[in-house]
Amino acid sequence: MRDKILFALLAVAAGLLAWDLYKIFMVIPDEVNQGYIFRIVYIHVPTIFTAFTGFFVALVASAWYLASGNLAADAFAAGVTEVSLAFATIVLVTGSIWGRIIWGVWWVWDYRLTSMLVCWLTYAGYLMLRRAIEEPIQRARLSAVFSIFGCLEVLFVYKSIEWFRTQHPGPVLSIRNGGGMSPGMESTIYWNWLAFLCLATAITMVRMRQEEMAREIDALRRMAHSY
Amino acid sequence: MRFFRDVATIAHKDLRAELRTKEALNASIAFALVILVLFSFAFDPDPDEVHQFSGGFLWIVFSFAGALTLNRSLARELVNDCLDTLLASPVPAAAIFLGKVVANFALLAAVEIVALPVFGILYSVDLRAHLVELPLVLALGTWALSVIGTMFSALTVNLRLREVMLPTLVYPLLIPALIASMILTTDLIGGEPLGAGNSLWLKVLGLYDLVFTSLAMFFIDTVLVG
Repeated sequence: MRDKILFALLAVAAGLLAWDLYKIFMVIPDEVNQGYIFRIVYIHVPTIFTAFTGFFVALVASAWYLASGNLAADAFAAGVTEVSLAFATIVLVTGSIWGRIIWGVWWVWDYRLTSMLVCWLTYAGYLMLRRAIEEPIQRARLSAVFSIFGCLEVLFVYKSIEWFRTQHPGPVLSIRNGGGMSPGMESTIYWNWLAFLCLATAITMVRMRQEEMAREIDALRRMAHSY
Repeated sequence: MRFFRDVATIAHKDLRAELRTKEALNASIAFALVILVLFSFAFDPDPDEVHQFSGGFLWIVFSFAGALTLNRSLARELVNDCLDTLLASPVPAAAIFLGKVVANFALLAAVEIVALPVFGILYSVDLRAHLVELPLVLALGTWALSVIGTMFSALTVNLRLREVMLPTLVYPLLIPALIASMILTTDLIGGEPLGAGNSLWLKVLGLYDLVFTSLAMFFIDTVLVG
């Protein structure tokens, strides 16, 4: 059953991505001011959405672990965070490429870029913390608390963007009252988000299974040592 | 009421233990002074420029030197299983935590009180202009440093790589508080009082303190006891 869901998700993701790529490169015209490079927004923005969705899900899974003590919730939180961190890396890389062409530099210390980097560092810290603790229950407990702290802190940093001067383009999507994009251009962003979400869910499922297996092997090893 | 008496007892115990040996305090103050000197090589300390980066510079000194004190805060209790004994006592974990935060706050404040005049003298910055407002900003920022530092000192106390893990985890989490403290301190030293221009950052700092103190008090039981 789990395999079927996994393959179905991957098939949906592949289909949607192929269709979106066709639209991005063949159908949608160049943007007036930015030209060809603006297409990177179709990767950049949906990956941000996917990463933040993932970090939020990790927060819920961490709270779920603390409430229930269910180690599957911990494995889920770890898997989701790892996958979201990969998406966050894509956000930073695609943003840098766009910045190099439009601004002429790879990086500026704009608050939105900075907060994304801080978010990345925070969750990289989460993974480091997990590595440093060997005992599974202690690892689950401490990393769940860290995840909750991290998520709140990211919210704090993210809010500061809106309070401070910023060089990053303002909101262009209608959900944030930006309204700078035509509807035909905007919908592809959401379709791509769906595709990335399917992909992220599929990878998380694989990662969760690995985590469960690792725990099982660890338990067996402990058992073997105790004889 | 009893809770606050417990907090005071723990803070008193920690401060007394530290003042007997002064090992963390001396190390932090010496380290702060070393960074103050090192910065003069990193930047050419022209008095006008110093005003522009003074806030950032001071908070880097405070937070780096603070890490030395914070690292010791919970690790000190590992010898002779003192931590287990503390947790087994009728004092709630939140009171132990808050007591340690208060003690760390006092120690970090001591480092700041020594480092600030030295900074003023070495970099020709007159700190007397804002003797009321500057301590307020320092207190709020130092509280943030103490709360997050003590919380993560508790979180990493049983890890092998404790000394490495604490700064790696703490600094990214402290960024919102550090940004606000740096901006406010730079403004004050540059001659701009707290007010319309920067009241937002004062609110950010206050809110950060409130949110993370509550969150840490809520979770400390989970971290220390399980």
